[in-house]
Amino acid sequence: MHFSDTDFEEKVIKSNLPVMVDFFAEWCGPCRMAAPIIDELSETYKNKVSIGKVDVDASTGTAAKYGVQSIPTVIMFRDGKEVDRKVGFGGRGGYEEMIKKVI
Amino acid sequence: MNVGNVIVIGGASAGYTAAIYLARATLSPLVLAGENAGGQLMFTSEVENYPGFSKGIKGPDLMDEMRKQAERFGAEIKNENVTKVDFAGEVKKVWVGETEYQAKAVVLALGASSRMIGVGEEKYYGKGMSTCAVCDAAFYKDKTVFVVGGGDAAMEDALALARFTNKVTIIHRKAEFRASKIMQQRVLTEKKIPVMWNTEVVGVIGSNKLEGIRVKDKTGKEGDVVADGLFLAIGHTPATDILKGQVELDGHGYLITNMTSNKSQMNQEIWLNSYPTQTSAVGVFGAGDMVDIRYRQAITAAGMGCMAALDVEKFLTGSFGSW
Repeated sequence: MHFSDTDFEEKVIKSNLPVMVDFFAEWCGPCRMAAPIIDELSETYKNKVSIGKVDVDASTGTAAKYGVQSIPTVIMFRDGKEVDRKVGFGGRGGYEEMIKKVI
Repeated sequence: MNVGNVIVIGGASAGYTAAIYLARATLSPLVLAGENAGGQLMFTSEVENYPGFSKGIKGPDLMDEMRKQAERFGAEIKNENVTKVDFAGEVKKVWVGETEYQAKAVVLALGASSRMIGVGEEKYYGKGMSTCAVCDAAFYKDKTVFVVGGGDAAMEDALALARFTNKVTIIHRKAEFRASKIMQQRVLTEKKIPVMWNTEVVGVIGSNKLEGIRVKDKTGKEGDVVADGLFLAIGHTPATDILKGQVELDGHGYLITNMTSNKSQMNQEIWLNSYPTQTSAVGVFGAGDMVDIRYRQAITAAGMGCMAALDVEKFLTGSFGSW
C-alpha cells in the first residue's frame, strides 16, 4: 500500500487501526533492504496494523511535515499521532517490535 | 537433519559470487544473505570501477544483478541473520534463531559495517547524523554539512552533498586522503568543498537535533562549529562478532585465512594443492571485506568469493573445474 500527500490525512491520520509508514525512495539502497521485510510484515499483521509506504520524492510535503531527514524512516501512528519512529534500516526485529508495541 | 553441501553466510559481492560458482558446480548452495543483503554497496550510488559496466552501475542494482545471477543457477537465498555457528565437527552447524542448518562446508562472507566516531553522534541519527549521504543528501538543501573521512566513500558523499548545498566541508584527521586519485581530484577541484586537514571530530552539540560539532586540530586546539549535518565515512569494521571462538580472527576482528595468516607461507604449494581461502577451521572458508585487510574493493571481494567457491568445490569433490 502507498500513501501520498493527498491521501495521508484520510488513510493514516484518520485510520482506526495503527498505521506504520515507511518513508523511502526508489534509489535508496537501505530502503531496498527494508522493503521486503515491510511487505512481509504487512501480510503477517494485516487487520491489526495498516502498513504502507510514502515515496519521499513524490510526497515531499508529508516527509517534510514529519521531519524525515534520513531514509528509510519508519514511523508508527496511532489515533493520528506519531507514537514511535525508527531511522535507518531497522531490521525485521526492529520493525516487528514497533508493531508489537501498538497491538 | 538434512546435511547440505555448503552454506554461504553473507549476501554481497563475495557471497553472491561464491553462490554463482557453487550453484554452477551443482553444489546447491544455501545462502544466508542477512537482512542487510547487498551490504556496503547498498549505501552507494554509482559504481564506476566495476569492470563490465562502461557507463557505471548503481551499487544496489549491481547487488540485485549478482543475486539474480546466483538464483538463476539454483542458489537458494534467504535474507536471514545468522545468530550462532558451530564449526567444531565435520558437520558445520549454523543457526538463525531457533532454526538450525547443517552443511559439509561453509563460506563466510559477512562483509563489514560502518564505523562510528564514538562521541555520542548516534543520538542524532536521522536528526543531523547520517551514514548514507547518497540516501539523505536531498534533505540537506542549502544546509551546512560536514563529511568525516578520507577514502572514496567520503569523496562520494561530499560530491553527492555538493549537488544540494554549497556548504560542504570534509574533515580528515590526516594531511592527505587515501581515496583513489580520480575521486580526490574531483573533490579537490570542486571549490564548494573545502577540507579541514589534520582535524578530528571530538564532540556533537544540539538539543533535539544536531546543531554543531566540536573539532580538534593537530595542535590540540578545540573549537565549535555550526553544523546541520554530519555524514560519517570513516571506514568499516569486519562483521565477525558471531565467529568469535569458532575461527581465528586477528586483533582487529578480521577473519584470518591461509592467504592472510602469519603462520602459513603463501607459496605455490598452497596455491596449487591446499586452500588459500580456508580459515583456521577445516571446511570453513572466508572471502571479501571481512578477510581483506588491504584492497577492499567490490571486484576483489567478488574475486575472493570465486576463489572460496572453487576451494569448497575441491574440498567437497576432490577436484574443481565444473563451473
